[in-house]
Amino acid sequence: MQYIVNGSESDHRTSTGLNNRKLLMWAFLGSDSMFFGPLIATHFIHRGKSLHGPIEDIFNIPVTTISTFVLLLSSLAMVLALAGIQRGDLRSFRIWTATTALLGMVFIGFQMVEFTEFAAEGLTPRTSLFGSTFLTLTGFHGAHVTVGILWLWSIFFASFRGKIKKENSLDVEIAGLYWHFVDIVWIIIFGVVYLVGTYGVEDRLIEHASVIGRLIG
Amino acid sequence: MVSIALPKRPVSPTGVWGWITTVDHKRIGVLYGVSALVFFVLAGIEALVMRMQLAEADSDLISTDAYNALFTMHGTTMIFMVIMPLGAAFFNFLIPLMIGARDVAFPRLNAFSYWLFIFGAILMNISFFNSSAPDAGWFAYAPLTSNAFSGSSGVDYWILGLQVLGIGTLSAGFNFVITILNLRAPGMTLMRMPIFAWMTLIISFLIIFAFPVITVAITLLLFDRFFGTNFYSTAAGADPLLWQHLFWVFGHPEVYILILPAMGIISDILPTFTRKPLFGYTTIVLAGAVIAFLGFGVWAHHMFTVGLGGWAISAFAVSTMGIAVPTGVKIFNWLATLYGGSITFKTPMLFTIGFISMFLLGGLSGVMHAIVPVDTQQSDTYFIVAHFHYVLFGGSVFGLTAGLYYWFPKITGRMMSETLGKVHFWLMLIGFNLTFFPMHFLGVLGMPRRIYTYSGDQGWEGINQLVSAGSFVVALAVLIMLLNILRSMRAGQPAGQNPWGAPTLEWSIPSPPPHYNFAVVPTVRSLYPLWNEDGETVNPPDLPYVDESSIHMPSPSYWPLVVAAAITIAAGALLIWQWHSWTGYLVISLSGFLGIYSIYRWVFEPITATESIEAGVHH
Repeated sequence: MQYIVNGSESDHRTSTGLNNRKLLMWAFLGSDSMFFGPLIATHFIHRGKSLHGPIEDIFNIPVTTISTFVLLLSSLAMVLALAGIQRGDLRSFRIWTATTALLGMVFIGFQMVEFTEFAAEGLTPRTSLFGSTFLTLTGFHGAHVTVGILWLWSIFFASFRGKIKKENSLDVEIAGLYWHFVDIVWIIIFGVVYLVGTYGVEDRLIEHASVIGRLIG
Repeated sequence: MVSIALPKRPVSPTGVWGWITTVDHKRIGVLYGVSALVFFVLAGIEALVMRMQLAEADSDLISTDAYNALFTMHGTTMIFMVIMPLGAAFFNFLIPLMIGARDVAFPRLNAFSYWLFIFGAILMNISFFNSSAPDAGWFAYAPLTSNAFSGSSGVDYWILGLQVLGIGTLSAGFNFVITILNLRAPGMTLMRMPIFAWMTLIISFLIIFAFPVITVAITLLLFDRFFGTNFYSTAAGADPLLWQHLFWVFGHPEVYILILPAMGIISDILPTFTRKPLFGYTTIVLAGAVIAFLGFGVWAHHMFTVGLGGWAISAFAVSTMGIAVPTGVKIFNWLATLYGGSITFKTPMLFTIGFISMFLLGGLSGVMHAIVPVDTQQSDTYFIVAHFHYVLFGGSVFGLTAGLYYWFPKITGRMMSETLGKVHFWLMLIGFNLTFFPMHFLGVLGMPRRIYTYSGDQGWEGINQLVSAGSFVVALAVLIMLLNILRSMRAGQPAGQNPWGAPTLEWSIPSPPPHYNFAVVPTVRSLYPLWNEDGETVNPPDLPYVDESSIHMPSPSYWPLVVAAAITIAAGALLIWQWHSWTGYLVISLSGFLGIYSIYRWVFEPITATESIEAGVHH
């Protein structure tokens, strides 16, 4: 057992070879999964338990399918933006970063229209348990997308101040990791909350009515 | 930029301003430690008042409400403001020294973690001045904590304080995962790390996976209380067990977040005072990892009496018994390390042995709770109080105290008094057992926890008097510890580099360490770099002279503090919002603006201020 001093500085090499900030983003995404997990579970275990107001029958699956597709396309644009900056092609980076952010904004637009329509039909976070769990879950997802949009515009404008170059394409890669993650979370929400959620909803509506009937009667 | 209007970036780490803007992991560690000791005294006083109330039957020293607030704040304070930050104090001070790094991976994020911790803790404790301290128990069961049943703002303070503090804990978790994985010195492979570094890595993973769950639970409760949602409203059809599940999915890993630092500390102390390598290093590491994995699969043993159904209860009973196996493995490894060692009974070693024996007792009563019929009898009685104090006080606090005595020389450059240390240990051991051992009997005799008084004919008074007397012996022991710290800081014997003849990397540099830690980054060849093959302590070789000014360290920064303050003010503004909505909106908007602006300033601030290098040259 010996203690050997090595004179050569190797400060800039990390032990795993992975960049600190990239590893931080991976750790954050792992942690964020444990944030969405309980939110999705909270929504799902209360399926059919809500006593008032509209439930999954309120969903407009075709419209949400379109907004889901828009968000999926944004991930493709994100990949192209990263590929652009890694080639050192600033023009391609700017076009695709702006496209990603705009597609994200279209998705948020869809969500705002959806929430407004639901509110008009009497579904708000206060009116029912279904409203609380559904709107909180999708609202937090929307907030994540919004942070991503702000981030993308930040690096978009930073590129005009010469701050985004081929050498620091990692800055774009990390933003991209976040963006793809938020996209994947939406795929799960769309699958579990929208598609599985609406399955057999007519039967549950009848059951629902009889429960309410018993409660009133 | 508007930098003209802003205070100049501090470049020299001196004075109060130097502490406030510090990003040095060692100073942040000291800040954590000192703050935690202040809260330790506060939580201790809360406990003593409770024990005075319970010392006699039919006592009316304090009211029911005050008693509820005291046990709630005692538990919350001890867990989130004493044991966790004491662990954090050691992580911060020691991890870079142990793995041969000059700082943590994200020094400013580290300062941010500390400020959020202290601001969140203060926010929660302000409730005492508003005479509405949280009073729903440290696990704050909803629907009890919903507006319908807890109308005062006590629960609001609890939610907001914990939320702020939790963001800080999460940031620290990320920081230490990356630091330990990425900043190890050349040759410091994972399996050459001291056990404390391993346990810190495992705890950091537990934090980043468990804290989001409590964040969700608290956020939903916050929405219910402030915005009228229905998550915990059984009247709207919500599952009354939702909070319990979410809370304990977090709460059980939290138990391991509290105990693993102590296990790490004593695993590094044992080799030093037995002059033997730790027995079964690899199995201790693996046992720690297994405990962390299983820790996510045992939460419902906190809920055996709520009616989960036979299958669920059986599964959780088995997993709970299972988690005792890796814990037992560790205990046997520690005993095997003691066996045949040349033991010296210095104070750190006394607390280490105290830890092993007291934790063993707490672990044994823990296994009893895995047996569901027994647990059903003991649930919500003083038996449970006895059990978790053996684990958290006899375990965590004893282990952390061992760490204090062991690393105090490294932190301050001075030894703590051995005489006072021994008095401290024996008083603590006697007082602790006098306080908590009789609680087992109280529990078996049927005394429920959390009652503010009992009648004389129940036969609990004698034992309660014993318990209360014991608690004052513990208080005396803590006073002696504080006296020892204060005296030794000024008048302790100079420690030198390696006063214990310890084997790990932090003892290869001066005490206290220079702000850059290692003048030359070491290359590590073994688990015990400062011991030779015969287990003799060797001095590190003389290092080539390195000009201090050539070592670039991150400069101090006040942006972490400003962002933390903005988050705390935004949280506090929700309380203002309840009282006067437009004032609340105004404060939230202003702090939101301040927060976002400061985050941008933080992100675009260079890590090293150019002035600081020049200052170094002039110095």
